[in-house]
Amino acid sequence: MHALPDLVCPAGSLPALKTAVDQGADAVYLGFKNDTNARNFAGLNFDHKSMVEGIRYAHSKGREVLLAINTFAQAGRVADWRKSVDAAVDLGVDAIILADVGLLDYAANKYPQQRLHLSVQGSATSYEAINFCQREFGVRRAVLPRVLTLAQVEHVIKNTDVEIEVFGFGSLCVMNEGRCWLSSYACGESPNTVGACSPAKYVKWDKQPGQMETRLNGILIDRFGDDEPAGYPTLCKGRFDVQGETYYALEEPTSLNVLEILPDILKIGVRAIKIEGRQRSPAYVAQVTRTLRAALDSLRDSGERYHVKPSWQAELAKVSEGNQATLGAYNRPWR
Amino acid sequence: MNQKMTIPRFRLPQFVASLGQKLPQWPHSLVLTGALNAALKLKLLPESELALLEDKLFRVRVLDTGGEALYTFRSGLFRPVFQATREPDLAFAANLSAYLQLLTRQEDPDTLFFNRELEITGDTELGLIVKNMLDAVEWPNLPQLPLLRG
Ligand code: SF4
Repeated sequence: MHALPDLVCPAGSLPALKTAVDQGADAVYLGFKNDTNARNFAGLNFDHKSMVEGIRYAHSKGREVLLAINTFAQAGRVADWRKSVDAAVDLGVDAIILADVGLLDYAANKYPQQRLHLSVQGSATSYEAINFCQREFGVRRAVLPRVLTLAQVEHVIKNTDVEIEVFGFGSLCVMNEGRCWLSSYACGESPNTVGACSPAKYVKWDKQPGQMETRLNGILIDRFGDDEPAGYPTLCKGRFDVQGETYYALEEPTSLNVLEILPDILKIGVRAIKIEGRQRSPAYVAQVTRTLRAALDSLRDSGERYHVKPSWQAELAKVSEGNQATLGAYNRPWR
Repeated sequence: MNQKMTIPRFRLPQFVASLGQKLPQWPHSLVLTGALNAALKLKLLPESELALLEDKLFRVRVLDTGGEALYTFRSGLFRPVFQATREPDLAFAANLSAYLQLLTRQEDPDTLFFNRELEITGDTELGLIVKNMLDAVEWPNLPQLPLLRG
């Protein structure tokens, strides 16, 4: 039997980090307050002081801190991204999560001792891509995009020594993540360029009697009745008129939830499970971390007799986008 | 209010709202700005983000009490606004229980928003700044804030 996967939890603020640690995260991941990370939202993330305190707190409890510098260095500003790598090494984080091969090269050459992880934004879906990053940059772990079936994840693990991390819970970014430009189509800014999908300054929630409209830079994304759940204002989750029919033409707003297949994830040798949501509040981090910790511990203790408790599902359903949970690509019949 | 106490989702009866609407609205504004200024004094709110709130008009509406608070941030202090001359830059509307769940960090605003229990209208980016600013606060002693007393 493999060791229990690490539980990797999101921290968009110091209180969220402390909450994650207190509720049983093995590692937390976070980012600087700038466009070097893919959750670059106003007011979110860590300045130097809170970073130092966060790392101190996590390390004092024996947990790891992973720092995401997972956007792509923009033309003419490569120095900003390199500086962030320098700062991360300086701070003494346990690993840096990178997506840009140029930055991976920089970090690997300048700091050969520093542990590097390949970000989901790096969009490596095959063992060939992952082994390449190991050979060239000494990458020790890769986070797989949420587009692979469980069988495909297993195939990757069998063919690489690099640790594999997968997503376990959170809002889905359904397209080939790391390659999606939908947001740029609407407003000229995308995760890989400015570090945010559908930046807030382009979003308008328009409340009218009986309904609410969401617009992204003027483009109508969705319209909700008063008793319908709302979702994030991303193009991929909008309802559009396609040949006379209005529906979620790309993907329904759902949350990924792997509680049911946790035993399989353990069996195939996944090294870490990541929770999405650095943009969420400490309350969310507490609820999701607590629930996945309980599930993982129960899997460790009861092995074959593991079963998903209804209370876990209820807790996770409550915080989900769109109030629907899915196994995402993990159990998709097509590839 | 200790961490163990959970706030259930509740809705006050309709007549409370109609009563609330008949009362003068400014006491709510005074209580809310008092609480925010107390947080300011304790240096809980980050200065870089506070600057982004300058001169913005905020409205907090409590649907099931019929209460409403209008306030702004000017020259380093939150100030009640007694008469709005324009639409607020940012407006929140929710039942009392949702606000209490937010303040005690029992629920996440996105959750309440997805479930349509919290309505946010106006400048979305400003809304995000406010949310993230409050999330980043390390409340030393939550029960001591005037808003939650009693
Ligand atoms: S539009 Fe959707 S799929 Fe594309 S980056 Fe945004 S969340 Fe991801």
